[in-house]
Amino acid sequence: MDAQWINLIITVVKIVVVVFIFMLPLVMLMTLMERRISAFLQDRLGPNRVGPMGILQPIADGLKAFFKEDIFPVNVDRFLYLMAPAIILFPALITVAIVPFGDQMSTYIGGHLVNLRFQIADLNIGILYFVSFASLGVYGLVVGGYASNNKYSMLGGLRSSAQMISYEIPMGLAIVAVVMRAQSLSLNDIVLSQATTWNFLYEPIGFIIFVVASFAETNRLPFDLPEAEQELVGGYHTEYSSMKFSAFFIAEYSNMIVSSMLITTLFLGGWQVPFGIMEALNLPVIWEQLIQILAFLIKTGIFLFIYLWVRWTLPRFRYDQLMNLGWKSMLPLGLFNILLVAVQMKF
Amino acid sequence: MLQNILFFVFAILAVAGAVMVISFRNPVYCALSLVLTLFSLAGEYVLLLAHFIAIVHIAVYAGAIVVLFLFVIMLLNIRREERAPGSIKYMVYLGVPLGLVLLYELVSIGFREFTDVYVKATDIGTVEKIGQALFSKYVLPFEITSILLLVAMLGAIYLSKQKLEIVSK
Amino acid sequence: MHGIPISYFLILSAILFSLGVIGVIIRRNVIIVFMSIELMLNAVNLTFVAFSNHLNNIEGQIFVFLVMVVAAAEVAVGLGLIVAMFRLRETVHLDDIRLLKW
Repeated sequence: MDAQWINLIITVVKIVVVVFIFMLPLVMLMTLMERRISAFLQDRLGPNRVGPMGILQPIADGLKAFFKEDIFPVNVDRFLYLMAPAIILFPALITVAIVPFGDQMSTYIGGHLVNLRFQIADLNIGILYFVSFASLGVYGLVVGGYASNNKYSMLGGLRSSAQMISYEIPMGLAIVAVVMRAQSLSLNDIVLSQATTWNFLYEPIGFIIFVVASFAETNRLPFDLPEAEQELVGGYHTEYSSMKFSAFFIAEYSNMIVSSMLITTLFLGGWQVPFGIMEALNLPVIWEQLIQILAFLIKTGIFLFIYLWVRWTLPRFRYDQLMNLGWKSMLPLGLFNILLVAVQMKF
Repeated sequence: MLQNILFFVFAILAVAGAVMVISFRNPVYCALSLVLTLFSLAGEYVLLLAHFIAIVHIAVYAGAIVVLFLFVIMLLNIRREERAPGSIKYMVYLGVPLGLVLLYELVSIGFREFTDVYVKATDIGTVEKIGQALFSKYVLPFEITSILLLVAMLGAIYLSKQKLEIVSK
Repeated sequence: MHGIPISYFLILSAILFSLGVIGVIIRRNVIIVFMSIELMLNAVNLTFVAFSNHLNNIEGQIFVFLVMVVAAAEVAVGLGLIVAMFRLRETVHLDDIRLLKW
């Protein structure tokens, strides 16, 4: 077969594996882990009856959601009401295309020597792709809030989108500092530039800014005023039921997973194993790759745990405190971080 | 071959989005059709191998400008546009033919010239080349745009500020 | 295995530009007129990028970058103006905004 067709088939297989076999089951696992970990933090057990340790609980939840009545309020804007869950799922799932799960290796597939990258697309513009598509996450909220024809939904949608827009800027500034060190926007180059020190030690302020901005971008506590149950009845997803509601939550958990993967890639050295272990053990290539992918997944898992941990530990920010933090604290800190990294790189 | 198919897919989506922008009555639908057009244009930029421009196009236009439009539409609560009785139907009958005449003039150039030059493989759309050009030869326009953005920000804030009433205590 | 002729991009840009012009002429809602202006700017951007590829010259893409920045600034100030006008006249219909002072 032609080399072009082989590459196309490999890319399609990568997309299917990453999205359907990795992301969606991981989202299901996250719904379960959220309930178990929050239960442990609150000194109780959580769901552990359906399957061993409650592993099959998400399937039970999914079945329940399917069988729920799909309420369609009368005065909503039909087309936008149906499209809003789709619009919000689109950037959540598409940003996983640039994440490097592992290093590259040359193997023989179908008789051709291909350079197999464990990354769906190694774009020249790498991290800018994430910045652009993360700023599209606003549409699902705004359209969902508007289409529901409900005061609380509209307010929740507008507040949430204002929050997301405000925190894109500190996120961008933290990314600029990382790109300065890597001299390239491509995520693979960013991972390789952390061979000496990982970025969270080289630019700790940038790390903190990016983590806080990720919390704000994914609408997770302590920044989840837009969907706060006590304040806005549920915010932009008040009027949605059963599977459309689940779509909003799949999008939120997908955003969380992609943010954790990006924090790992940008600041924790991606798929690299620390302390030079890989050079010490001289393993065959395929084992090296698998261990590196495992290292990446472990680091992502640590950040997912931190997401869940913070949710049940910290109280919620008030809206004006949230905006003040974004514009008056994070933005100057981001600029200062860029200055600091520039000085560090010079000397 | 695949590129030709992709070109026509994006072109049809862009034109459909543009027609929807100028014909829907509900401003929110118009804004979302504009997003469809902008996305299709970003696809066209990728076909022209201008990767940086494509992604900045999505970030700036679809991610910020149209969101600004949507905010203003929702904050001002602009409903469906109703036509006042006996008003401006003649504008449609006058405007569309004139627009089509303009279209004919512009398209006739496209059909006559540049018909046998094709999209070339090039690397001037990459971030490195644009970065080099922006910071060496075009650094003055680049810095002036930063001042322009500052001025625009000040203007927008001042214009939309509510005049506060000073209550004497 | 030729590729896409440059004239296709120019024709697409011409179609989008004329649709923008038609939108400015026939729509009376000032926000939709603004959106049609953005459509025209985008059509011109496409022409610039097409020629940048044809002439293998980066200046086309630099100019597109600057056009995008100016468009963003223009939208910000323009929408500020629309908000201020709406506060005064309670309408966004262009035919009602005809007199300088009430």
